[in-house]
Amino acid sequence: MDQKTLTIDGVELSFDPRQTIMEAAAAAGVYIPHLCHHPDFKPHGSCKLCTVKVNGRFASACTLPAAEGQEVLNKTLELNQLRTRITQMLFVEGNHFCPGCEISGHCKLQATAYGLGMLDSHFPHFYPARRVDASHPDIMLDLDRCILCELCVRASRDMDGKSVFGIAGRGMESHLVVAAESGALVDTLIEVSDRAAHVCPVGAILIKHTAYEKPIGQRRYDHHPIQAALLQEDQGD
Amino acid sequence: MLCEIVDRHGGQATSLLQILIDVQMRFRHVPPRIMTALAGMLHLPRTQVEAVVEFYRFLSVTSVGRFDVRFSDSVTDHLLGSRDLAARLCQRLGVKLGETRVDDAVSIHLTSCTGLSDQGPAALVNGHVLTRLDGDRIVQMADFIDQGMDLDTWPKNWFKVEDQVQLAGLLLEGELPLGASLERALTLHPADIFSEIDRSGLRGRGGAGFKTAAKWRFCYEGEEGAVPGDPTIARYVVCNADEGEPGTFKDRVLLSRNAQDVFEGMTVCAKAIGAQHGFIYLRGEYRYLLDSLLRGLKVRRLRGLLGRNILGVEGFDFDIEIHLGAGAYICGEESALIESLEGKPGHPRNRPPYPVTHGYLGQPTVVNNVETFAAAARIMAYGADWFLSVGTPESSGTKILSVSGDCERPGIYEVPFGSPVSDLLRRCGADDPMGVQVGGPSGTFIGPDEFERILGFEDLPTGGSMMVFSQARDVVAIARSFTHFFAHESCGFCTPCRVGTSLLGQLIDKIAEGHGTPHDLIEMTQLAAIVKNTSHCGLGQTAAHPLMQTLERFPERYQERLKTLFFEPGFDLDGALEVSRQMTGREDAHAHLTQSG
Repeated sequence: MDQKTLTIDGVELSFDPRQTIMEAAAAAGVYIPHLCHHPDFKPHGSCKLCTVKVNGRFASACTLPAAEGQEVLNKTLELNQLRTRITQMLFVEGNHFCPGCEISGHCKLQATAYGLGMLDSHFPHFYPARRVDASHPDIMLDLDRCILCELCVRASRDMDGKSVFGIAGRGMESHLVVAAESGALVDTLIEVSDRAAHVCPVGAILIKHTAYEKPIGQRRYDHHPIQAALLQEDQGD
Repeated sequence: MLCEIVDRHGGQATSLLQILIDVQMRFRHVPPRIMTALAGMLHLPRTQVEAVVEFYRFLSVTSVGRFDVRFSDSVTDHLLGSRDLAARLCQRLGVKLGETRVDDAVSIHLTSCTGLSDQGPAALVNGHVLTRLDGDRIVQMADFIDQGMDLDTWPKNWFKVEDQVQLAGLLLEGELPLGASLERALTLHPADIFSEIDRSGLRGRGGAGFKTAAKWRFCYEGEEGAVPGDPTIARYVVCNADEGEPGTFKDRVLLSRNAQDVFEGMTVCAKAIGAQHGFIYLRGEYRYLLDSLLRGLKVRRLRGLLGRNILGVEGFDFDIEIHLGAGAYICGEESALIESLEGKPGHPRNRPPYPVTHGYLGQPTVVNNVETFAAAARIMAYGADWFLSVGTPESSGTKILSVSGDCERPGIYEVPFGSPVSDLLRRCGADDPMGVQVGGPSGTFIGPDEFERILGFEDLPTGGSMMVFSQARDVVAIARSFTHFFAHESCGFCTPCRVGTSLLGQLIDKIAEGHGTPHDLIEMTQLAAIVKNTSHCGLGQTAAHPLMQTLERFPERYQERLKTLFFEPGFDLDGALEVSRQMTGREDAHAHLTQSG
């Protein structure tokens, strides 16, 4: 059988017919920026950071099936400027105080911003009033940092089988909710061993008693830019 | 009481939204304990119940008033003074907009276009429609509400909804005999039904214009390698009656006077694709049509036109169920509509796969507009040639338009495709218009030098909304209103639409209020391109249209609002001190900051 191929930025790569463009790229060692995508979970397509151009049209690499002969543009000035603006949108819609945040240096949002060369937030900040929930003995929720990627929603539903998390509301009022009448995390079934407790790409879901364990210089993205680190993850290392 | 509501809806998880709508009516909100109970009864995650309650505007976590008044907030209502009327009612009743009075007697909200632009200002009170509101009615209404007078005792003419058909054509003229098109369809093989519809050139009337026959055929044939019409596969027919595009109301009129045509078109589709189950997704704003629609369905069952063995044909079983929406424009998008039918928040799905192969419950599904089904029914009865006798080669037949705004005779105009906008403007009595919003905010804004453009898929496609604006209107204010509409209706799923539409709203506010600079226009244009190019669905992809199209056509109206300096901060320095002033009780000069460029 003929091996199917597509090109990304002019470089030809082969793919499995069931792969998305993101999966085909990751398998070939090509990094496409992303936040809501994670190889262990069903593609979501909401953050739009993985926007690429396929045969001249914009598309989300994480949800579009790879197809024979596609000409994909990924690392172009136009696309990276667009991704920078989307990253800035994520920064201004929440409250992200990187210098004091315990996830700083391990944060995918922060690392993506560095990777794109983002230097400011560009847009006016919304400064929303968001909830902090410290009710659980082991896990802390700080919705200031939530980027609504739904990775915890998917992890809790599809892997932990608990559906602890969900997104309620609409538009800019969308927010993370937990499965408890009290609205408190402690009243849900979540445990610190759950996948959902560890999947957050930012610092919205934190494991208590572990903050600042790694000094600056030894944090996840201190020496590996997001490209290298995420590719390892996507390739299952 | 809850069990009774759940049972009435069959106790299925897919009925969650329908159940919640009844809960909201009964309790005036959805209490947390009921969310927990429902999650248990329907075997759903509690988070899904909460997500649905907080997604739809007609559901609420906190209690609305015994009289819940929602003023239609479409531009055409604004032109007729709706915001002022809402403010006056709030003042008379001593309640803030968007809040519930402490005694629970009344709550007053603004809501997206209620589909009554030709007889506004309009409002909904406890789901009932009020038309042609004015200052006197507001005064009386305040008294009625304060006295707790039952809606049945309010003047009947306040609730009067008129069809206002000003011009009838292929679809609105005459009456299609009950069952006529179905009887013809029964004589045909599915392939012949598809080819008849195909030959008529019928394209989707919701605005996108996808070929109806192709959609039906894809649904029938299934994916590559599948057996066409495989009887073991459940297929669904869905009628999109979530007419939410501001300024559109033609589906309301079709469902009021030609509902049988719509049912008939759905049944013909069911016969062709082999579906046993149909849905009408009726927007919550049109709830008042529910009873008459249910009666219409009952008539069909009695006549053997719905149910088992339709018209005596062994094995031809099909029935139609009506699902209500609950205040979400996005549910007009077909995949969001399907999510909503399944009892979920209306988030558009990723595509591919498309609804024709993976729709309701993952099964092949045809979703068509109300008008498309009505047209299909008549094509089946009168033949493709009858339909082809009107229109253009690219756009056959007629288009039913909802005309509102600055004209003498607003209402319904069924015009042949291919007619110029100027024709319509003459007919509806629009003197000296400055512009027309064709197809609603997600469509095209045209100025006077474009009035000879023609209505049709080859030039100006339209779902039916035609809002006329006179020279006296402020084009920036119109674009601003539409921009806020999209921000308000964004489902929040993808970043560029969720955040970008709100940012666009901030920018146009800044410009409209006289704080804008040339830099902001550049910024707005760049942001508009990002939102358009990267959004997940049509809502985000078209949300910047009003701004960009009016900026392109009327740059001077924007320029004249700008300050001469190049840059001004995106926030109001003095305004930012307001909280501090309130906390410290200060109002002196030192408690204020001036900002200059």
